[in-house]
Amino acid sequence: MFSDGLELDADVLVIGGGPAGTWAAWNAAQAGASVVLVDKGYCGSSGATAPSGTGVWVIPPTTEDREKAKAQREALGGYLADHDWMDRVLDRTWSNMELVDSWGYPFPREEGKTVRRNLQGPEYMRLMRKVVARAGVKILDHSPALELLVDGNGNVAGARGVQTQEEREWTVRSGAVVIATGGCAFLSKALGTNNNTGDGYLFAGEAGAEFSGMEFSSQYAVSTVFGSVTKTAHYSWAVFTNEAGEDIQAVKDGHHSAATIGRTLIHGPVYAQLIKAKERPEVQAFLRLAQPNFFLPFDRSGINPFNERFPVTLVLEGTVRGTGGIRITDETCASTVPGLYAAGDAATRERICGGFTGGGSHNAAWAMSSGSWAGEGAADFALRLGASRKSRRLTGAGTSAFTESDAAIKTVKSEMLPLEKNMFRTDAGLRSSLAVLNGLWASAGARTTDRGGDARDAQRSREAAALTATARWAYTSALARTESRGMHRRSDFPQIDPLQQRHQIVSGVDAIALRYEQPVPRLPVRDLVSA
Amino acid sequence: MIELVSASRCISCNICVKVCPTNVFEAREDEAPVIARQNDCQTCFLCEAYCPVDALFVFPDAHRHVEVSEELLSDRGDLGSYRRALGWSTGGDPAALHEKVHVLRVMAGTGAIG
Repeated sequence: MFSDGLELDADVLVIGGGPAGTWAAWNAAQAGASVVLVDKGYCGSSGATAPSGTGVWVIPPTTEDREKAKAQREALGGYLADHDWMDRVLDRTWSNMELVDSWGYPFPREEGKTVRRNLQGPEYMRLMRKVVARAGVKILDHSPALELLVDGNGNVAGARGVQTQEEREWTVRSGAVVIATGGCAFLSKALGTNNNTGDGYLFAGEAGAEFSGMEFSSQYAVSTVFGSVTKTAHYSWAVFTNEAGEDIQAVKDGHHSAATIGRTLIHGPVYAQLIKAKERPEVQAFLRLAQPNFFLPFDRSGINPFNERFPVTLVLEGTVRGTGGIRITDETCASTVPGLYAAGDAATRERICGGFTGGGSHNAAWAMSSGSWAGEGAADFALRLGASRKSRRLTGAGTSAFTESDAAIKTVKSEMLPLEKNMFRTDAGLRSSLAVLNGLWASAGARTTDRGGDARDAQRSREAAALTATARWAYTSALARTESRGMHRRSDFPQIDPLQQRHQIVSGVDAIALRYEQPVPRLPVRDLVSA
Repeated sequence: MIELVSASRCISCNICVKVCPTNVFEAREDEAPVIARQNDCQTCFLCEAYCPVDALFVFPDAHRHVEVSEELLSDRGDLGSYRRALGWSTGGDPAALHEKVHVLRVMAGTGAIG
């Protein structure tokens, strides 16, 4: 047991300090709520955004541009996105980017006006931490949550965790909780994702929440084999070749196809060279400014990516760039569990992306929009409860944990990371993986608050459970979708099946239930324009 | 992974201990922090960005430990190179101010970056 625990009370507890979490915390505070934000690492450097640069899906509020923006990804996403949600996200992103500007983000200027289309992660997240702290939010760094707390009626009412640098437990009693723990990249070491182990999914699942689109969890990113930087936009300047030096035709219309690269990689090495910018020093300079860390692996390995080819690989990004996540039920990003809200990659992004996501732009827009709504929704929920919430008796909702966490994590990684299992899915392959993962889950022990180990062991044992649970939800959903749609690719069902244009909802931590939900009926585009 | 905490440059401010998202450093009294959990390093380079005296070096390989020479890195200008690229060095101008991502997208014929 840990002694000297930290006990706090807040109207809203936000779990996760990336973009979605900081926007949630700031908006909850603006709505008059007292807010605690806990992060597994450090709010400002944690998560996939902080070390990255990202475009933002920000479109001026003119009808024509927005209709074009919405239509662009429709087919890619497998017709599962919702136009009303896209409109709301475009509106909120536009106004949030004005706020980011007013807070002093160093946007470039053109003709005296700021150009607000891109955010550099280190600048953005350093700023968001400052803004959140200034709003009165109490930030706990190096404080992973381990489980939610629920009252006798099943309302989520706080969480419990550990502080890894102080070796003590923390408990936050709250009126509502926002899960902003990011997606799950299964410890692939995709850039900035190693804290994104699906913890929030596990917490939500244990409390009874549903998940939508978990089959859309098979996104892979290009990386050099000698580096960790999985930022891929610059590869629009590349030509990809096989061992023999033949162009594998992986880039079309400026976009590269991870699947084409994947098919070649299964049989042998793939190389890239940013050859299209070789004779263009001005482009090279722009590329460096756009994403300074993209060049660190090259500069530090003595490789010039414009002049010579270099070996590349694919790194799983799971639901970080995939779109599956906690199912949200309304415009406040509420889950099906009262008092529990979800934002960013932790929530399903199908509402705006369907089953596909290319770059980070939609993800960044979704994080800041859904974060804002979840923060406002959670504040409203908590403030309505009033003082009566403080007399509730709370219990921990956590169920499972692994004592042999390293072995469990190794097993999950061996089922989720390989291209031949996750990028190219088959009925037999998924069944075989699920047998392993379900067996692993059955071997987990009970989560207990009476731990003998240290705080890091406690964190690790729950991460292992979260990774296992997430993998099971992903593959259970993938097995049920007997078609290829969005990023979900079935080698045994290579075509899209119009009858499966629907959302797949999974729930449950021991027995997993699956049901279907019809997407919002779509009006023909011409009706939308004239309306 | 993180490969170097330069004892000669370090001022024991422990900012790296605080900002590392995966908690790889361990603070020590009046001494440079140690790399206590190297395998947890996610190779995000952010410790370098925050180090005020360029005492840290992250080798880009996320899976493999390599030996580095502080002298060589220092001579090559690798110490602090990421902080300079971000414009976070003392007196630096944020790189974000000068990025031309929107121009790049037009040049590349793409709508997205990420």
